[in-house]
Amino acid sequence: MIKMQYGFYINSAKCTGCKTCQVSCKDEKDNALGINFRRVYEYGGGSWQQVDGCWQNDTFVYYLSVSCNHCQEPTCVQGCPTGAMHKRQEDGLVVVNQDICIGCRYCEMRCPYGAPHYDHQKRVMSKCDGCYERVSQGLKPVCVESCPQRALDFDEIGKLRELYGQECDIAPLPSSELTKPSIVIKPHPQAKVTAESFGSILNPEEV
Amino acid sequence: NKVPPTNSTNEEKIFYSACLVNCGSRCPLKVHVKNDIITKISSEDGINDAVFGQHQIRPCLRGRAVRWRTYDPERLKYPMLRIGKRGEGKFKRISWDEAINLLSEKLKYTINNYGNEAIYYQYGTGTTGANISGRNACKRFLSTIGGHLNYHGDYSSGQITAMQPFIYGNAKASLLDQIKHSDLVVMFGHNIAETRMSGGGQVNEMFNALAQSKARVIIIDPRRSESVVGFNAEWMPIIPGTDAALVAGIIYALLEKDRIDEAMLTKYCIGWNAETLPDEAPLFSDYKSYILGLGDDGIPKTPEWASKKTGIAADQIRKLALDIVNAKAAWISQGWGPQRWQNGEHTTRAIMILPIITGQFGKQGTNIGTWGESITYPVPGLNMVNPIKTSIPFFLWTKAIEEPLSMTAQNSYIKGKDKLDVGIKFLWSYASNVIGNQHSDLNRTHQILQDESKCEFILVWDTHMTASAKYADLLLPDVSSVESNDLINNSYASGAYHYVIRMQRAIKPLWENRPAYDVLTELSEKMGVKDKFTEGRSQDDWIAYSYEKMRKLDPNLPSFADTDGMGVVDRKLANSDAHIGLKAFRDDPIKNRLNTPSGKIEIYSEALVQIAEQWEFDEGDILYPIPAYLPAIEGSEDTQKRQKYPLQLIGFHIKGHCHSSYSNLPQLKEAVASSIWINPLDAEVRQIKHGQLVEVYNDRGRLYIPAKVTPRILPGIIAIPQGLWAKTNAAGIDIGGCINRLTSLRPSVLAKSNPQHTNLVEMKPLTVTPAAS
Repeated sequence: MIKMQYGFYINSAKCTGCKTCQVSCKDEKDNALGINFRRVYEYGGGSWQQVDGCWQNDTFVYYLSVSCNHCQEPTCVQGCPTGAMHKRQEDGLVVVNQDICIGCRYCEMRCPYGAPHYDHQKRVMSKCDGCYERVSQGLKPVCVESCPQRALDFDEIGKLRELYGQECDIAPLPSSELTKPSIVIKPHPQAKVTAESFGSILNPEEV
Repeated sequence: NKVPPTNSTNEEKIFYSACLVNCGSRCPLKVHVKNDIITKISSEDGINDAVFGQHQIRPCLRGRAVRWRTYDPERLKYPMLRIGKRGEGKFKRISWDEAINLLSEKLKYTINNYGNEAIYYQYGTGTTGANISGRNACKRFLSTIGGHLNYHGDYSSGQITAMQPFIYGNAKASLLDQIKHSDLVVMFGHNIAETRMSGGGQVNEMFNALAQSKARVIIIDPRRSESVVGFNAEWMPIIPGTDAALVAGIIYALLEKDRIDEAMLTKYCIGWNAETLPDEAPLFSDYKSYILGLGDDGIPKTPEWASKKTGIAADQIRKLALDIVNAKAAWISQGWGPQRWQNGEHTTRAIMILPIITGQFGKQGTNIGTWGESITYPVPGLNMVNPIKTSIPFFLWTKAIEEPLSMTAQNSYIKGKDKLDVGIKFLWSYASNVIGNQHSDLNRTHQILQDESKCEFILVWDTHMTASAKYADLLLPDVSSVESNDLINNSYASGAYHYVIRMQRAIKPLWENRPAYDVLTELSEKMGVKDKFTEGRSQDDWIAYSYEKMRKLDPNLPSFADTDGMGVVDRKLANSDAHIGLKAFRDDPIKNRLNTPSGKIEIYSEALVQIAEQWEFDEGDILYPIPAYLPAIEGSEDTQKRQKYPLQLIGFHIKGHCHSSYSNLPQLKEAVASSIWINPLDAEVRQIKHGQLVEVYNDRGRLYIPAKVTPRILPGIIAIPQGLWAKTNAAGIDIGGCINRLTSLRPSVLAKSNPQHTNLVEMKPLTVTPAAS
């Protein structure tokens, strides 16, 4: 039984895509290249037409910073054969116990958000743990406290929903029905909802 | 030299340092140290993050990467002497004694044979903000031995800095905080979210101001920049180099609707119309006549005309014009991209006069068409006056090596003398990646540096093996900011928020690296000027001395001893209402005359007419008395050149690095891909796919870089993030992707400044991945 559930608030309307969250996390967790617990998606699209000799466009772009969403129904946990991937009862954070993990990477295949990362050196999985050690000391996760735009927050998910609403179905994220992510998104004014497919991820090499 | 108190224990200790690169802002860093090794970086605490002006100064991803930068394998580790050809990058290790002896000999030799004007202190900003150490210590040392040839202007803002005084003297811009009073923000090539992205900097100030006013933001830029995204701005893509045509079209649209306040302009300006034209000026040489087509060219600058030049639809230009005059308070500003242009002086001044002609200046919520002001916390240092007054434009140092005796005040904007008497024989390049990376036309520059009878000696002093370091004859390793003590301010572009930081060494100097001040002290002893250089003070003594000087002016500051471990010692927020550009002049133009020749805003400049008559210009260069639109050589209208090289290539500042600082770090390259932006339509006709390696080329050089195929850029325009580390393969192709393999050495008309966004090129996909040299 989960006693409480932490989650992230992502203010995509203010995000400039600077990647400080991603890099501060990497520094804090001392992660190797290729392992990015937080990833910043650049989503956009639109086309260009020439009208009377001038270029007209209906392009749009926005950023969405995503780590692990510490889902209410975490498919990574459900598929883990060893129990290494688990949801902490005390705070609802989804954490991998690397002492038990066998590195089969099934969680990685199941997660629709790309949250679990295979650590090639340790040969086990690694992922965002919500900085639970910091959180237990009354601090916020490093990504949240590093954001120069103050576009991220972390708290008990009920509080975040009260403050910021329920929205979490924003492209390029999959439907929240799949795993019930513990996130709230403030959409950028140009945001597209999950079901629409007007755009694409413009920075595939960065995420 | 006493060993500094760092942390050799297994228990984590925090030291305050700062990120000292040239982004214009300044972030203090908490450096976490165990066993004398940095374990991580975090941000300072602030006083109250919810209160603007007491908020945490949060470093961007670059500041967060300082641990990796410090331990980067490309750090320099000991002094080295060149053994290969200049620029080849082959060195042998020497001792500090040998290095200092050699330096002393070369300086004496240069001074004896050529005089001090043959020593050039190269422009360089790798440790911007270092106050006691670094650049200031080097310049102080050179001043004690008779001085060095100066430069004026800089690669960032050469054209605007030279032109601005002709328009409205030394008037200062408004603080971006004034946007809290604006209902409209119009920014030309102004990209605060990428160029001022520090958490203490102007991006924060702008977000804070917009949250209050909810102003509508329009950004005019060939790229849909991160500022367009972050501020949810309306994007108006423009063909680069045509901003002056857009301004002319806007003014025409206002004349059509009779929305120009002629009486107001008569009161504040000269050169708007025939009535305010100076007596000596020819008929119809005023700006209004130019707009209406009554001047030399006979072309009315209708929005339809402007549309053909700028690529912006005429109805959009008309609407923008009315939006500006209808706004209660329109903030108008420009970044430094539009001016970094072959004839950028004209572009920049056209944007500067837009707020004037529309009356959007000198009032709350307005600006003067320039960047937006910043307040610098005054921190004393160890500056000494350079006895040499001769100065060259920062961009003409290659000319001052190659053909110095041809350079005069009239053809090369030499200051302090009518002509150069001697060329640059000794190049002192400290924390500067200019000579092999950030200067234009690197292939030509390489040739110029090959002739060792011209520039005889190059000192490079830096922290990393940069492309410029490879040109050193003597290469000295510097300590990094986390290995150094200092007392620093908030730099030049953090906005209203200004502060003073005590930097304290977090780790011992790595390898054989030594603080520059200590090395200079030893050198000064060799050259018999030690007392003059040090005044009996060590670097730490200077820090304490400077602090006490500061404290004399502000006795509320804590004692120096109490600042130990404090990081940010003091922080203030300026009241932006007291910093509104041209406010005093607007309120009373008689009492508060500007320091222009007429005391007014000069849309027509007689001073520029005089320069145009007296100076000798390169063929094709025009200096106009009014802010006319002039098509650039190698710009959008260079139809002949475009037959071979159809694409306009511009540079831009990317998030992952600051100029060339940090751009070698794999952790940042992974987070922010350094690729060339190209519109899907241009990519399609060239069969270029996203992520594919492409070759970009013109007559000056060739480079390889991956493509970012994105709808975020105007068709016909491609953009490379500037600052990638140059690296040529055996075929002479830049596999580092440095844009300056393609840029031109042809200086701009007035400032003799860098035209680094004016490039015509072609590109094609590569089918094989090239091997590194």
